[in-house]
Amino acid sequence: MTELTFIEAGTKAVHEEMLRDDRVFVLGEDISWNFFGTTAGLVEAFGEERVRDTPIAEAGFVGTAAGAAMVGMRPVVDMMIAPFFYVAMDQVVSIVAKSTYLYGGQAKMPVTFRATMFYGVGVAGQHSDRPISTFMTIPGLKIIAPSCPRDLKGMLKTAIREDDPVICFEDCRAWGIRQDVPDDDELIPLGSADVKRRGSDVTVVGVAGTVNLALEAAERLEGSGISVEVVDLRSVVPLDAETILESVRKTGRLVVADPSHELGSVASEIAAIVVERGFHHLDAPIIRVTTPHVHIPFSPPLEHSLYPSVEKIVAAVRSVLA
Amino acid sequence: MKPSDEQCVEMYRRMWRIRLFEETAFERRAHLAGGPGHSSIGMEASIVGSCLALRQDDYMVGTHRSHGHPIGKGARVDRLFAELMGKVTGVNQGKGGSMHMSDFSVGSVGETSIVGSGLPVATGAALGAKLQRSDRVALCFFGDGAAAQGTFHESLNLAAIWHLPVVYVCENNQYAENTPFTAMCAVPNVADRAAAYGMPGLVVDGQDAIKVFDVVSDAVERARASNVPSLIETKTYRYNDHSGGPDRRDATYRAPDEVAVWRARDPLTLLAKHLFAEVGLDVSEVEGLQQEEQVRIEAAWQFAIDSPFPPIEAAFDHLFTNPIAAVSSIGEPGR
Repeated sequence: MTELTFIEAGTKAVHEEMLRDDRVFVLGEDISWNFFGTTAGLVEAFGEERVRDTPIAEAGFVGTAAGAAMVGMRPVVDMMIAPFFYVAMDQVVSIVAKSTYLYGGQAKMPVTFRATMFYGVGVAGQHSDRPISTFMTIPGLKIIAPSCPRDLKGMLKTAIREDDPVICFEDCRAWGIRQDVPDDDELIPLGSADVKRRGSDVTVVGVAGTVNLALEAAERLEGSGISVEVVDLRSVVPLDAETILESVRKTGRLVVADPSHELGSVASEIAAIVVERGFHHLDAPIIRVTTPHVHIPFSPPLEHSLYPSVEKIVAAVRSVLA
Repeated sequence: MKPSDEQCVEMYRRMWRIRLFEETAFERRAHLAGGPGHSSIGMEASIVGSCLALRQDDYMVGTHRSHGHPIGKGARVDRLFAELMGKVTGVNQGKGGSMHMSDFSVGSVGETSIVGSGLPVATGAALGAKLQRSDRVALCFFGDGAAAQGTFHESLNLAAIWHLPVVYVCENNQYAENTPFTAMCAVPNVADRAAAYGMPGLVVDGQDAIKVFDVVSDAVERARASNVPSLIETKTYRYNDHSGGPDRRDATYRAPDEVAVWRARDPLTLLAKHLFAEVGLDVSEVEGLQQEEQVRIEAAWQFAIDSPFPPIEAAFDHLFTNPIAAVSSIGEPGR
């Protein structure tokens, strides 16, 4: 075991996979300088051929990664922050997500994207996006959103070995978390949610960094005699409905915390699944704790009022128990 | 590099094959699965002159107007017809249709119907080839319309700074749908823009297969031997409307005599003249080539007609290479 931060765990995953497989290479803006912090030590270890700084040309380098993947390489695209995806949207949707299907299975598309959701840090409306649910609506993309260093490392390694495109949304609110991470080649499969805390009264499903808020909320509520089970979704596509349903069958109550905007959020999909398949186990309406359907304002008090918080999750849990 | 006599004969075969394929597909369109049909009739020299400059294991990326490009690269026409019909025997098993035909077995690694979106893909195939230390080259077809997209600039710049073995072939057929090239480009030639990327830019008569082969072969050699990318512009023309057959009678975007001027320099006629004058074939030998292609096309058409549609469940195949378990509603037929 080695204690790693969230960022260190992500970089270590890429480093290990580059050591293991010389088809893996990384490309993105400013990565050899480790400008953003997610690529420390890579260029020193692997050189500029496999750690490629790109021009500010997201459509160009995303599509280039796709083309390289189609001929047998395994690119890891460091998007820096998630909204930079929008510049490359046609390449992500029309090429990355669709080529395997359109060409009748002839094309493999083993591209991994790392994209940080960089919010709550005063970067205003164009930089603060948490677009997990936007990409969830596109068939052909696998999507993960780990909440802790161990999961990030184990899932990112799996993603890089996948023959399909995987987007890894990395939540900057998890950056500071330190955790012991196995030194061995731990691979965490996609499509498996993880019960991060056992409980019996209410299920809180957390998406990305909100899992950590949910754990803190559970801690506080324990003092009031309320037992909260926290399920970390971890993998958005494929989505592990069974683990969520199993928890709800036990607790009968569900809160879903998700940093996405409320309309069409991951939380909305989870709520729909539970209503469709577990309605008769519910003892109370489901509550979603999300970001309202509005842009992110710059002014700090305004910004911080919008995102899911420990307080909002505590209130939601109390509400479903009322 | 000039083509050999054998290569000239093979070019003629493939160009004739494309012409017949397109004519057959249009004339018998009632049997096709619908959707647009962007004909490449008139552009056969640009397609085949470029494709035959490649090895079979080189990569080629096409466009929305790409019935001809896989044929140029050597794809089986029976499976291409089947794809146009949405049949299970189609090159893409009926998943792609007219605008996305591909045949990875001959290096035809896709054609994309969002104009300009194939340029980064070909650039990436070239990057992959280079990283793998193979000596493969990627060739990207795109139109004059695509040259207005940002992906054109981004791709050529990337190829130049990364020294990638790629050849960009702009098939300038003079129109982006109905809009004339001259109204949408500030310089006379797309190839003039190559200067901005520090790569060779060449304009070639796109109706002359020999000239296209010559110029593209040299570009392929530069890419293969020295990782120097090139921008080639073939001046060419589509006889038919943007989609479907000949221009509608009320079409006003181009004059009928303009089409006639281009038809007077038909690429098949030009190459046939070369076969007579330089290769030494006689009329019956050239007609024999045409006849063989006609037989091939008829057999291919019949193969496609006789092929079944995919089973309904096939709609769920190939979403992923590694299918996901049915842990949500995703991938469950009928849900």
